[in-house]
Amino acid sequence: MNLKTRKILDRAFAGAGVFSILLMTAALVVLLAPMLIRGWGAIYFTATVEHRHFMLERFERGNPERLAGEIAAAVAARAPLYRMIAEFEKQLETGGAENRKKYAAPLRELKKALHSLLGPAPGAIRPMLMRDQYGQMRWDRALVKARNALYRETWDYSDPTRGGIKTLKPRAAEFAGTPVEPLFAYLENNLDKMLLPRRTLYWQFLTDNSFDSHFFGGIWPEILGTFYLAVGAMLFAVPLGVIAAIYLTEYARETRLIGMLRACISTLAGVPSIVFGLFGLAFFIGTLRISASKSVLAGSLTLALMILPTLIRASEEAIRAVPHTYKEAALSLGAGRWHTVMSVILPAALPGILTGIVISMGRAAGETAPIIFTAAVSVGKPLALWQVFNQPTPALSWNIYNLATEHEAVDEIRHVQYGLVLTLVGLVLILNLAAIILRARVSRRLKG
Amino acid sequence: MNTFDRIIADRPDVRNGDNGGKMPADRTHVAINLFSVFYRANQAVKDVTFNIPAGYVTAIIGPSGCGKSTILRAINRMNDLVPGCHVKGELLFDGQDVYNPDVDVVMLRKRVGMVFQKPNPFPKSIFDNVAYGPRLHSRLNQGKLAEIVERSLVDAALWDEVKDRLEDNALSLSGGQQQRLCIARVLAVGPEILLMDEPTSALDPRATLRIENLIAELRGKYTIIIVTHNMQQAARVSDFTAFMYEGALVEFGPTKEIFTKPGNKQTDDYITGRFG
Repeated sequence: MNLKTRKILDRAFAGAGVFSILLMTAALVVLLAPMLIRGWGAIYFTATVEHRHFMLERFERGNPERLAGEIAAAVAARAPLYRMIAEFEKQLETGGAENRKKYAAPLRELKKALHSLLGPAPGAIRPMLMRDQYGQMRWDRALVKARNALYRETWDYSDPTRGGIKTLKPRAAEFAGTPVEPLFAYLENNLDKMLLPRRTLYWQFLTDNSFDSHFFGGIWPEILGTFYLAVGAMLFAVPLGVIAAIYLTEYARETRLIGMLRACISTLAGVPSIVFGLFGLAFFIGTLRISASKSVLAGSLTLALMILPTLIRASEEAIRAVPHTYKEAALSLGAGRWHTVMSVILPAALPGILTGIVISMGRAAGETAPIIFTAAVSVGKPLALWQVFNQPTPALSWNIYNLATEHEAVDEIRHVQYGLVLTLVGLVLILNLAAIILRARVSRRLKG
Repeated sequence: MNTFDRIIADRPDVRNGDNGGKMPADRTHVAINLFSVFYRANQAVKDVTFNIPAGYVTAIIGPSGCGKSTILRAINRMNDLVPGCHVKGELLFDGQDVYNPDVDVVMLRKRVGMVFQKPNPFPKSIFDNVAYGPRLHSRLNQGKLAEIVERSLVDAALWDEVKDRLEDNALSLSGGQQQRLCIARVLAVGPEILLMDEPTSALDPRATLRIENLIAELRGKYTIIIVTHNMQQAARVSDFTAFMYEGALVEFGPTKEIFTKPGNKQTDDYITGRFG
């Protein structure tokens, strides 16, 4: 092969390498950027006066005098709406039955739309559900609700070859010629005065309990639950995994049985996590009855089982990577096998083992399937430490799935879902970063 | 009468030679008798018989794969680490069979220290490296331990270079210093025999010279058995030389004799560089 061909080959290979790395980076950016931006929206967003009202009522945050002023201003801005409706209702009462019938449904819908935008009308009885007690807290949601108040959404299914066609009809047309007609223009023009939007940093999103199935509040129970589950899994898996790895590398003879055991461990690493979940339910809860029903303990044990093979493998690799000369040196000085392992091999293998541990922990924190049947519930209070033995917990991974699929109003709590994703991704990133730093530190100490 | 006894009997100059006088000159320290080592079915050492005198430096030379390292590692049973390794025959250390099932390997290795081909200090501080053995074998207070560490480093001719940086990581030392640290680490345990498996093959000529000088200093205080590829080194540092070829012992005798008038054609060929 001549020089020219070799050069072309080299360049082509380098080019392909750069291309694939760029592609990977692009994919990562495309994946992470929306997650970060939308997730950040759970914490930093344009909040309405309703949010500030909620914060004061539930958590006594904010300045009561200032808020009282704001509420008064908002109520004053909203007053014309309710006045127009009241006037129209009075007119209907005295007017003919025909009109009453004609406007009953549209008026009911309008009042409902206004309720979900601005909260209960002045003077109304305080509703039962918390979500009905307040207007929209986020400006982006408020705009959606305002559109619902301004327009009637209708679907046209007359053409069977196509899906439904959505049309928006202004409600103003429905109320043409009535005292309510100017309401819509007023609403459109004065929405910001009624809700007083302001940029708000709600960092307590991470530390607040959730209320009314995640309509309000933060994600603290999820964060704490994930922490309990991951740490619990590590408590079981790390000692077992490291001891097993030491046995396999330092004590076991290379018999057929050990070979089979190794193959089993590798296979176990490839078992789908949902299978571990079902096994955890059947074994820990069904057979062993470690808790009456789902519990953090059962979930931790299941997660531990799931990450054990990875952990054993990683520790085994780390121990095998320790130069043989260290072991020889220790043995030749008269150290026993146990002492050699503890004083020389484990310290030298520590960076690798630590990396394996932290990466497994990231996996334990992120897995959903194993905890569906064994530990996770969609809403709950943050658990105290002694409750982990018999209480289930919400968890980040499970609630991401739950809020996306099983929640009664998925659209309303999208921001919470993105916030959960951001927190989980951030948690795993931090764990991996910690692994890298830890590894670098320990290896530096070893290399001198 | 075995080879060594015959030599001693024939050569009063060797028997009464200057070996530092700290070990009896005519005592057999390690007696190897019809000794074989197998790696599974493969016989690496074939019925070797020779005696290693106490207090002298004995070199084992021979081409690669002749079994010289294997026999060295048989003496402190480092071969136990190799799966499928087993032995036949007799290997007596101070009259005791090393391969007797009752032998406490830890005690054996305490008495028979080993220095390896590549310097292999632990990734710990210099102090901890030397203190590793003493800490292992007895509970010592800090003062006594420091004393042992200092004495060992002095004996290994390393003290002056490291006395101000005992807490530094041993891996920050140069290759030659690391090897002397390994020797100090062995000396700290208080062995009777030093096994050296090509201790200078990874070192530059200056570091090699320092190790050779060190061997000369340690001569007489310890029985030293050194495996080497380097013919000049064997000639320079050893009192006795064993030449092995394809697992068998070809010739054993005083180094001077082996190098000046070898009794065997193969030895002559190897020493003069015609093969190997």
